[in-house]
Amino acid sequence: AGEGSAPVPGDGSGPPAPERVLFPPTFSVSEIKNKQRRHFMFLRWKQQQRKEKLALKKKRRKEREALGHKAPPKAVPKTIENQRVYDETTVDPNDEEVAFDEATDEFAPYFNRQTVPKILITTSDRPRGRTVRFCEQLATVIPNSHVFYRRGLALKRIIPQCIARDFTDLIVINEDRKIPNGLVLSHLPDGPTAHFRMSSVRLRKEIKRKGKEPTEHVPEVILNNFTTRLGHSIGRMFAALFPHDPQFIGRQVATFHNQRDYIFFRFHRYIFKSEKKVGIQELGPRFTLKLRSLQKGTFDSKFGEYEWIHKRREMDTSRRKFHL
Amino acid sequence: SPQVVWSMLGNRQFCSYKMTTKTQNFCRNEYNLTGLCNRSSCPLANSQYATVREEKGRCYLYMKTIERAAFPRRLWERVLLSKNYEKALEEIDENLIYWPRFIRHKCKQRFTKITQYLIRIRKLTLKRQRKLVPLRRKIERRENRREEKALIAAQLDNAIEKELLERLKQDTYGDIYNFPIHAFDKALQQQDAESESESDAEREDDEEDEDVDKREFVEAEDSELSDFEDMDKLETSSEEEQEEEEEVEKKASHSKSKGKTPLKGPARRKRPYIEIEYEEETEPSTKTKAA
Repeated sequence: AGEGSAPVPGDGSGPPAPERVLFPPTFSVSEIKNKQRRHFMFLRWKQQQRKEKLALKKKRRKEREALGHKAPPKAVPKTIENQRVYDETTVDPNDEEVAFDEATDEFAPYFNRQTVPKILITTSDRPRGRTVRFCEQLATVIPNSHVFYRRGLALKRIIPQCIARDFTDLIVINEDRKIPNGLVLSHLPDGPTAHFRMSSVRLRKEIKRKGKEPTEHVPEVILNNFTTRLGHSIGRMFAALFPHDPQFIGRQVATFHNQRDYIFFRFHRYIFKSEKKVGIQELGPRFTLKLRSLQKGTFDSKFGEYEWIHKRREMDTSRRKFHL
Repeated sequence: SPQVVWSMLGNRQFCSYKMTTKTQNFCRNEYNLTGLCNRSSCPLANSQYATVREEKGRCYLYMKTIERAAFPRRLWERVLLSKNYEKALEEIDENLIYWPRFIRHKCKQRFTKITQYLIRIRKLTLKRQRKLVPLRRKIERRENRREEKALIAAQLDNAIEKELLERLKQDTYGDIYNFPIHAFDKALQQQDAESESESDAEREDDEEDEDVDKREFVEAEDSELSDFEDMDKLETSSEEEQEEEEEVEKKASHSKSKGKTPLKGPARRKRPYIEIEYEEETEPSTKTKAA
């Protein structure tokens, strides 16, 4: 009955004049049973929508031109970063409490230059080719690091040995089906332990670049976008991996860039072409990390005290809520 | 009678517990002593039979006798064996005292094997156990997609370049790069735009305190981190740089650090007495030339 006043079915030659078409107000295109007809009506509806949108745009542009200088400034487009849900743990750079905390936490000796970082890189049992090569490349990127292979040793027994031999950090790369997919970063003398999920690992030969290998110079470190308290502590963890005094002669920079809770690691060599232009060339492996859990003590999965765990049900509910 | 049972099931007809392979026949019956399908090890075809089975870490001896053949519910008699290995063997012997040798022997063998694997289980649980966590496909896909979008939104190259240029502007690299003249001009423009509210005396003092050769730069903050420090002590050793410094010094007349001149230069020019000094310096030279 609703279709009675509609144009003749099968009329694909062109949309009939709108005055002839009368639909009851609660009619929607999706209620038509005939697929061809439904498709046709939908296309027509779409065209109409597009026309309206175009007309609206034109009108707005005309208004804007008409106003000239008095026109209101252009609206900033909404991005996820703009719309991010405000996190109350965002660090204010002048916050004294935060500064005091950071002066007394486990990284204080590093930032006060009392300790020199010494890193131990290892894997899970029986690493396969890609992981082995990745470990080696990572060892060249991070100065003062050593790779040791585990042959079935328990982590809990490795840790006291490492502390005895003066290592400051432990990195364990977890492997699954021949590709590395997890990273455990543990600051050794009872420091926090962070467990990450690692993805899109690219070895040096897979990166499109024409550079040579990273040299032995100490690279600079860039840490971007670590805003909340949690992000701050993770950022300090990363900073504690590298020695304090970068050798600018080497012109190498390691970047940890946090975007929407994903931490991208890149290793570049830069050169200043003029004081406003810099060229960068990517060397070194690249990978992305996503934090899964942060534990207060050293690695202990059963009895450890977790400072933060990623809980999927609670934390993944909003697209605009990030924790780092 | 058992012979009939065996001639039916074992050889000719179908036995649901029987599993045949190319070389062997196996018996899947849970009360089977050896696991093979034989005339002597079939629990269905023997009216007097015994097995050892374990449940939750404890071993039991199961026995079946002809007397109870009519009562299926009471058919299998169960005896708990002691935890002590030798005692348990004795108990088996006691219970199966007049039984055929084959069954006794096989029971003891089976019991031995069971205790061995129980020991292994207990040892392994003490070592570290690998927990397999299943990946959830939907979640993996979602995270991969979000990662790609985050990568696009991050614009890493731009961010890194911007950060490096920031650091250059804030002089963390010191004198390695010979761009300061441009930075000087840029800073000039900045100063012109800004008001001169800062006191000049302070700046003079700062200047005089610094040395020419040893510079200590405290790295300005990273984008959000306030704690990250970058100290570098550079010694300018190249002659060219020293010459440049001298030129700059002459121009600004009293500046000792290149880094600070951009800020002080324009302010100084605005002060009258410096201009006067400069003019005085050039006047004698012109006089001498004239002479």
